Amino acid sequence: MPSSPADSAPVSETARLSGVGFGYAGAPDVLSDINLILPRGSFHFLTGPSGAGKSSLLRLLTLADRPRTGNIRLFGSDVTRIDRRDIPAFRRRMGVVFQDFRLLDHLSAFDNVALPLRLAGGSEADYAADVQEMLKWVGLGRRMDARPPALSGGEKQRLAIARAVITRPGLIVADEPTGSVDAVMADKLLRLFQSLNKLGATVLIASHDEALAHRSGARVLRLDAGRLSEPSRAAA
Amino acid sequence: MIRLSDFSLSSRRPGLLPPAAAGEPWLMTVIAVLCFLACLAAVAASAADRAAHGWARQLGAEATVQVRPSVGETGDTAAARAAETLSGVDGVEEAAALSRKAAEDLLRPWLGDAVLPDLPLPHLVTVRLNAQAPASAVTLSRALAEAGLDATVDDHSLWRGEVERSAALITALAGAAFLAVAFAAAAAIAYATRAGLAAGQGVIETLSLNGATDGAIAWLFQRRFGLMAAGAGAIGAGLAAIVLAFLRFLGGSDGLSAALPITWSDLALLSPCPLLAATVAVLAARFAAMRMLASGKDGGGA
Repeated sequence: MPSSPADSAPVSETARLSGVGFGYAGAPDVLSDINLILPRGSFHFLTGPSGAGKSSLLRLLTLADRPRTGNIRLFGSDVTRIDRRDIPAFRRRMGVVFQDFRLLDHLSAFDNVALPLRLAGGSEADYAADVQEMLKWVGLGRRMDARPPALSGGEKQRLAIARAVITRPGLIVADEPTGSVDAVMADKLLRLFQSLNKLGATVLIASHDEALAHRSGARVLRLDAGRLSEPSRAAA
Repeated sequence: MIRLSDFSLSSRRPGLLPPAAAGEPWLMTVIAVLCFLACLAAVAASAADRAAHGWARQLGAEATVQVRPSVGETGDTAAARAAETLSGVDGVEEAAALSRKAAEDLLRPWLGDAVLPDLPLPHLVTVRLNAQAPASAVTLSRALAEAGLDATVDDHSLWRGEVERSAALITALAGAAFLAVAFAAAAAIAYATRAGLAAGQGVIETLSLNGATDGAIAWLFQRRFGLMAAGAGAIGAGLAAIVLAFLRFLGGSDGLSAALPITWSDLALLSPCPLLAATVAVLAARFAAMRMLASGKDGGGA
């Protein structure tokens, strides 16, 4: 019987990785013996140098790849060997912010943010007000009709975040969401994630900006050569 | 889940796939040409079948009797007696002895005038049979025997069989050409779908990571290539209709050749072309898209 997030009762853990190892075909492991628990409503930063395996870990959490070893649970369900057909139901409970934004250049800012709602079967009449409000919330209320190529790096980043959170997901995963913005904008984006976290979302942000991670007051995890160090509470 | 309203032509919402790639107009041209050829093959099959069956019907409605005169009787007398006998048989409309002059007229184009006066010719009776209930060769032979006539009845069954076999062969070949063209169109669409999936890998991964199912992503490609093939099918069928109407005008009801009598009703055969092209495209696109998505090469899933 396929696992489904809808089947599971409310759980205290959004995600749990136990002894997870991962590597790409024909290559040595990128991640080794990863043990990680993301409690519901928690806020974590994942830091580490380039090539440490941060993006690979996020790909496992978003079910874009499967682990070689170990076990992954999401929203209380074992998704280690999940059937491809069951993946969309889990992804609709996640918001993913990509390092390269992954915006659809042929769609307007409004349509990019509306994408997850449209894919879930919503009609424009149902979601138009929510999308407009979300765009205003991230400071893009006047750029609703603009297409991504006409937006600045910071605007694209905020647009990508707006799309990731429009469905009010239980888990928000962001890969270097402040990588292409200045320090002022990085702090603004951080406050955005903190607001979402306060609304109940579990947040995991991969970033090489350790100063930002420590400023955030979130729990900081460090990946080095594919191994996760013991979590530590950052100074506020 | 993507709703049917997403695919409404009147929807204000933009398509989730990027605008057509540069190669798609060429693909549409290829499909239009393939549809044009398929339409010509279908009409050729229909016309050849109609011509062959017409010939077979004509042959089946006639019989030829060769009469050998008995001692003391002339050939013409024997032939006249045979024609009179056969005229009274059920299933015979008309029987007439072929005069020597008529037989010479038939042979003159091949033999010339020089040898005909000295050439011994068979004494023949041509028999026109009732189209609804034709008399059989056995019935005709029995009637002639009962009248004391030595004669051989040829009901053209051998020749008719050859014509019918030829007609079946021509129809089968035209059908095979039609299927080959349809297969080529499907292969071209499958190739284009794979190329589209490969080119749009980033878009597909984005859709997938935002909760789109494989079926919904495949449907986007099905819709795009289905609509494109329907348009190409309409263009191909339209061009074929123009060519066939021109041939019908030039050749009249008999067509340019007796072997291909094109009728106005043949144009009706072209009408399903856009629908068939769209169906082939939708199936080919779905097969290609689902196969690629299931292999995980889109990057969107485990």
